[in-house]
Amino acid sequence: MLPVFQQFVQNPFPEFFAQAGSENLSQLVLEFLRSHVPFLATLPDPVLQLIAMLAVCVIFVAVVPLLPLFLVLAERKVSAHIQDRVGPMRVGPHGVLQTLADGVKLIFKEDHIPRQGDKILFIVAPYIIFACSFAVFAAIPFGKSILVSNLNIGIFYIMAISSVVVIGVIMAGWASNSKWSLLGALRSAAQIVSYEIPIGLSILAVVMLVESLKMQDIVMNQGGLGILSWIVFRTPFTFIAFFVFFISAIAEVNRTPFDLPEAESELVAGFHTEYSGMRFALFFIAEYANMFAVSAIAATLFLGGWKGIIPGYEFLGGTPGFVIKTMLLVFVMMWIRWTLPRLRVDQLMNLCWKYLIPISFFNILGIGIWVLIFQNDRNPAHIGISLLIIILGIIGAYLVLGKRSSQSPAPRASSA
Amino acid sequence: MAAPKPESKFIELKPFTDEMVVNMGPQHPSTHGVLRLELKLDGEVVREAIPHIGYLHRCFEKHSENLSYPQIIPFTDRMDYIAAMNQNWGFCLAVEKLMAADEKKGFEVPERAEYLRVLICELNRIGSHLLSFGTYGMDIGAFTPFLYAFRDREKILLLFEKICGARLTYNYVRIGGVSRDMPPQFLDEVKEFIDYFEPKIDQYNSLLTDNEIFMERTTGVAVMDNAMAINYGITGPNLRGAGSQWDLRKDEPYSIYDRFDFDVAYGKEIPEIGAVLGDCWNRYKVRMDEMKESVRIIRQILEGDIPDGPIMAEMKAVRPPKGEIFFRSEAPRGELGFYIVSDGTPKPVRVRAKSPCFTALSALQELSRGLMVADIIAIIGSIDIVMGEVDR
Repeated sequence: MLPVFQQFVQNPFPEFFAQAGSENLSQLVLEFLRSHVPFLATLPDPVLQLIAMLAVCVIFVAVVPLLPLFLVLAERKVSAHIQDRVGPMRVGPHGVLQTLADGVKLIFKEDHIPRQGDKILFIVAPYIIFACSFAVFAAIPFGKSILVSNLNIGIFYIMAISSVVVIGVIMAGWASNSKWSLLGALRSAAQIVSYEIPIGLSILAVVMLVESLKMQDIVMNQGGLGILSWIVFRTPFTFIAFFVFFISAIAEVNRTPFDLPEAESELVAGFHTEYSGMRFALFFIAEYANMFAVSAIAATLFLGGWKGIIPGYEFLGGTPGFVIKTMLLVFVMMWIRWTLPRLRVDQLMNLCWKYLIPISFFNILGIGIWVLIFQNDRNPAHIGISLLIIILGIIGAYLVLGKRSSQSPAPRASSA
Repeated sequence: MAAPKPESKFIELKPFTDEMVVNMGPQHPSTHGVLRLELKLDGEVVREAIPHIGYLHRCFEKHSENLSYPQIIPFTDRMDYIAAMNQNWGFCLAVEKLMAADEKKGFEVPERAEYLRVLICELNRIGSHLLSFGTYGMDIGAFTPFLYAFRDREKILLLFEKICGARLTYNYVRIGGVSRDMPPQFLDEVKEFIDYFEPKIDQYNSLLTDNEIFMERTTGVAVMDNAMAINYGITGPNLRGAGSQWDLRKDEPYSIYDRFDFDVAYGKEIPEIGAVLGDCWNRYKVRMDEMKESVRIIRQILEGDIPDGPIMAEMKAVRPPKGEIFFRSEAPRGELGFYIVSDGTPKPVRVRAKSPCFTALSALQELSRGLMVADIIAIIGSIDIVMGEVDR
């Protein structure tokens, strides 16, 4: 066997995948094939590795699209129960097959391309968005070895890939040859590009603590003390960073209160107004995949990833624990969506540039000072200090900000 | 000679490229029917919003000339179909007043019918404001209030179904009374609904009215001050949102409104939240407060005794004397006026409806100048138009 080929299989992109194959899914599959499938074990090693990698691809492609399928149903059920309804009930028991039925319907729908639109861009745009939102999953660690690739630039790769989505959005908006689509696309571009900054800065806060970009390292850093070793509680600044990240993540995936690009009451459906059938379904799937992805990233960075809650016990640890944490964040996103109204486009930008970005910069400064003083040694005493500051901060913020109310104290004057 | 002004390059650099003309509607999720707006946009900023109406024109006024008076009532149902009871009543009041001009033909509407009319029209006012509240929430981007509002409006519609058999176009209030008496236990059901609904208003206030984002979106937006509102002839909650306390039920009491104790809801300046008189938030808030006042009126009807007796005045035929009349009543969306010219035959010579929505819509163009696209939606929702009444 050629050494170049062997090297390629083990390590296809040396700069990017320096650590590939150490603790990831293909390694897992490879070990499984070696030990449990005797007739394959006799094959030469590189071939076996190739088979393992292909198997991972198949698993990835087969499992990840199922997530949106489930999430769409979850959203419909969650929204229904928030709104005092029952939601889909007809297809399957309790309507669990409703999304499948909708998918089938979408496949059979007419694939309409605007006559005056840019045909090629129109066709390509959904695939770009779809591909980008799924590529993110390659670097998310679902468990100790349930990970497609433990990239050495893991979180950076995720940020980079998820920003490419905006290109697809602009392409879709432009190619539709519709003014509403164009408005939606431009809104989306401004929004995603702006909110990349607070996201990047709050990720930076985590990276400063962990001193690694690898997703697996970030998770490993949060083990040992259970819930107390989660980065969100490690310092008061990461606590703020978590909220900044989560708010920006909601904006990044275009959900209420930041769903301006597809603001139903203003822009009809935003950049995908002109899409129909399966192309529309791709946008739809990508949206929900994105939602899951950002929640998974938030869970990995701040909530301990697949590490358990109670130290010493594997309770709520591993892949199930990770999925539960992620789904909780997804649920919060849905909850927010069905509760809050939508911001206006200038208010959206104000929130980002006047509040979130300065807060993030302040955070980075704070983290720097914290690391200088406490060295991020995960000493329980230091975490205790951090928790105390967090609690005092919450109480202080509540007392200072309070609640604005329209219920004026003065009694209403009676008209005579 | 004065020195020439120093020219600043930076101030003159306005990145203005081209106006984009966008058609909003007639098929658009938040134009409340078939309103078409011609938007001239500079980016997100609206230079001009020109409303085009007429997509729901059904020749109400011309139809009326070929129908006898009682036959016109179902047509009024189709004007403001959200508050059809009030439309029926407005028309009937006008005809009754026209007939009262002739002593021989004049009649007294029975007490029981008056109580029933007030009861049912206040219920309809709640239903109408609920719909307005729900759709406004949806316009601003909150979907859930919409379904809450429809859940409660459904209960009102069920009550209407019990009393007159219809859910949307009732034809219940007739000239001289109402079409049929209450079914048994109807008042108990109304009481049940009122008891259920009153706490809900506070719930909705905390859900939407006091919502930080909602206030951010609506307070101080599209301010229509009192003078402007009066100049445009705007009435109803839109006028009261600008601070006037003008309510026909109070100021020119018709029917038996002078027997009830209620306040006129009007807009207030609340600096803590940035609410200005006549902004979208105040226009919206007036409707929320008005629902409470309607509940108060209904409670007084339920607590007092509704007199027994006929529900229809005794008369031979609806044939008003020769003459003309203009009568206005307070519908949920403002003053609904009917101008009727009679030549003594069973059919009117001319019926003209003065629609509060039409006048409210006329202010849109001035209100929307210089605001953003999202604000246009907020304005349309806050002036609460029903295209059926604008176009008739």
